Amino acid sequence: MTLTTRIELALHNPHLQRALDANYTRSQEKRNISMGALPDSALVRDRARAIRLEALRNLDQYLVQLETQVTACGGVVHWAASAQDASAIVARIAKAARSRLVAKSKSMVSEEIHLNKRLQADGFEVVETDLGEYILQLRGDVPSHIVAPAIHLTRADVAETFEQQLGLPAGVTPAQLATDIPLLTSMARTALRKVFIEAGVGVSGVNFAVAETGALCLVSNEGNGRLVTSLPRVHIALMGIERVVPTMADLEVMLRVLSRSATGQNITCYTSVVCGPRRAQEPDGPTELHLVLVDNGRAAMLGGELAEALLCIRCGACLNVCPVYREIGGHAYGSVYPGPIGALVTPALGGMREFGELAQASSLCGACQEVCPVRIDIPTMLIKTRTLHLAATGGAPVWNAGLKMWSWAMRAPWMYQLGLRMAAWGAALLATAGPLRLPGPLAGWTDHREFPGIASTSFRARWAARQRSQNAKASAAASARIDGSSSSAGCGARGNAGAPAAQPASGQRAAAFCGGAHSARAAGARPAANAARV
Amino acid sequence: MPPLKPTQTVQLFVTCMVDAVRPEIGEATVAVLEAQGVKVEFPAAQTCCGQPAYNAGYRSEARAVAAHFLNVFDATSGPVVTPSGSCAAMVHHGFADLFGDDPVQLRRAQAVAARTRELSQFLVHDLKVTNVGASFNGRITYHPSCHQLRGLGEGTAPLALLEQVAGSELVPLAGAEECCGFGGLFSVKLPQVSGEMVARKTANIDATGAAVCVTCDAGCLMNIAGRLQREQKAVRCVHLAEVLAGSVPA
Repeated sequence: MTLTTRIELALHNPHLQRALDANYTRSQEKRNISMGALPDSALVRDRARAIRLEALRNLDQYLVQLETQVTACGGVVHWAASAQDASAIVARIAKAARSRLVAKSKSMVSEEIHLNKRLQADGFEVVETDLGEYILQLRGDVPSHIVAPAIHLTRADVAETFEQQLGLPAGVTPAQLATDIPLLTSMARTALRKVFIEAGVGVSGVNFAVAETGALCLVSNEGNGRLVTSLPRVHIALMGIERVVPTMADLEVMLRVLSRSATGQNITCYTSVVCGPRRAQEPDGPTELHLVLVDNGRAAMLGGELAEALLCIRCGACLNVCPVYREIGGHAYGSVYPGPIGALVTPALGGMREFGELAQASSLCGACQEVCPVRIDIPTMLIKTRTLHLAATGGAPVWNAGLKMWSWAMRAPWMYQLGLRMAAWGAALLATAGPLRLPGPLAGWTDHREFPGIASTSFRARWAARQRSQNAKASAAASARIDGSSSSAGCGARGNAGAPAAQPASGQRAAAFCGGAHSARAAGARPAANAARV
Repeated sequence: MPPLKPTQTVQLFVTCMVDAVRPEIGEATVAVLEAQGVKVEFPAAQTCCGQPAYNAGYRSEARAVAAHFLNVFDATSGPVVTPSGSCAAMVHHGFADLFGDDPVQLRRAQAVAARTRELSQFLVHDLKVTNVGASFNGRITYHPSCHQLRGLGEGTAPLALLEQVAGSELVPLAGAEECCGFGGLFSVKLPQVSGEMVARKTANIDATGAAVCVTCDAGCLMNIAGRLQREQKAVRCVHLAEVLAGSVPA
């Protein structure tokens, strides 16, 4: 399915549109309130960016330090160069743990490496324990948002899924279930408790890893992260290599911006900091902790044009404010990471040829950059991605040729003027057949709105006429001083299609150099479109 | 940006879109500036700042056009004033990116950028005027273009000017800071999405009951006005300069 097809599907799904509208409004309100209440939030964001930049600048050192510290805590660190390597490492550890059941908390990296598919192929039963992810798993669906994976679904969707997959509780009608949120959550809770207790392996993501101490930090609101990392015998934590921060003090700064940007919370319900497996004197916790460091294209991004995207802490704020995401939702991107940041990360990690097109899904309005807690210049990066995509694919011939010609014309004023005149003629010609419809690659414009046409007399022509008029007046005044005669120079007839224009209402067109009669619009060259023109 | 020194002569960068599609905005800009006693010069060789190609990722094409812009305006002196937040933002930020690897051009770009102002910025921050003697009989609402607001960081100057327009009532626009869906070639590359975005914008504009929606960018204006016209709405989208010059089209 092409991007255009996926977009059409999303735009024509009223159900999805309602969900996206609700998310757009609600998430921004919450984020603005909690970020607004943070004293010196601008400075905290500056600091967060500086921390992330430092981590990336010396990533090699911090990763080695992290490995040393995690090992000192009793954990085992695994380096995975690719998605396949990472999945294979997890599968190997799970096999050794001799548990068929794997409990997972939310991890976008696990989505990126398609871990569930691999584990299921190897005969494991994998259960997602984040409520949103659990709902999606029951439906055979995929996340549409990096923080709120089931944002595209409504309560009624969830009720229907639970009824089909878990069975209707005794004495409850489907209609009752659809309105009873506590009942829905208790159904999930009952099903998932069993998984937490029985699973021998817990797989989690990592929000931040601290190089200084080897601590792995996880934030969640449901407590499933804590259960997955403490109940099963073996805990496997997956993280992209970029998610390291130097110190515990740095972690504190990152947590301040993460939860506010992600969900508008000052702090999430659970903030877990895990240092190694259970120690000898401790009553509980896993006996093994494995940290899988996933590269999968990240090291190659470092030093490249899209390196700044590695600053991302996956808060999803850019999705919540993006006017394009708001229209099309996450699935339309056709990638694990949707939204503005997804349009950078996906092609950078998954291939510019295949995914570079995602960078087109932006009007470059800059709302994403404005809310990004680490101030990633997403619009500029999207432009860079467009350039890289052109280089990777060669670009569409019609746009290549058009922009090449445009670029030539814009460098030579005479060609530019000729182009203006041709465009004016072309537009006037197209308009003779009725309301103006633009041709070829420009047709999308007039599919949704009118095109005003090209003025038959450009600004520069009007300016030149005014200069001539002023010069003539000046010389007339000079000669009047000499011989008492006078002359006048006007600009009324120039550039007109021939028909005289109505004089403007007094006082209305004070700014027009020549009474506003130069435009083909005023001169009636396009009668059909005149009546409704702005 | 530090304010420019008071000056008698400014260079008008009218922008290709105003030049070609709505020259009346250029005329209004000249009228507003001249009414403040400023002499306006129009470097005749000017064309475009290169933004359409830059945003589309056609970097070398954009660079060539931006270099032409620098040749034209580097040869002039005094403030460069433009009736477009988007084009001003391109000169301020886009050029720095385009010429980041060319120290000579970068220096020229920085020098021209330091002189470049969007119209409302020049009036409010440099000339220190908010009341230009304009009047408009009716309700006005304001759509800040994304590049004016977030690109230039200029959210207040246009409103300061509009608040002083005699006879008018300035009303807030719901979702004012949301993109109108123009986005240059975005509007024709993803027309369905752009169409949805502009429909939201025009619905919000219509709901204000305003006679005109004012903006500082011809791109947004063409997009919003075109949609309002398609929907046969009475409210019109006009440029700030047209309101300030008293030349809002009938």
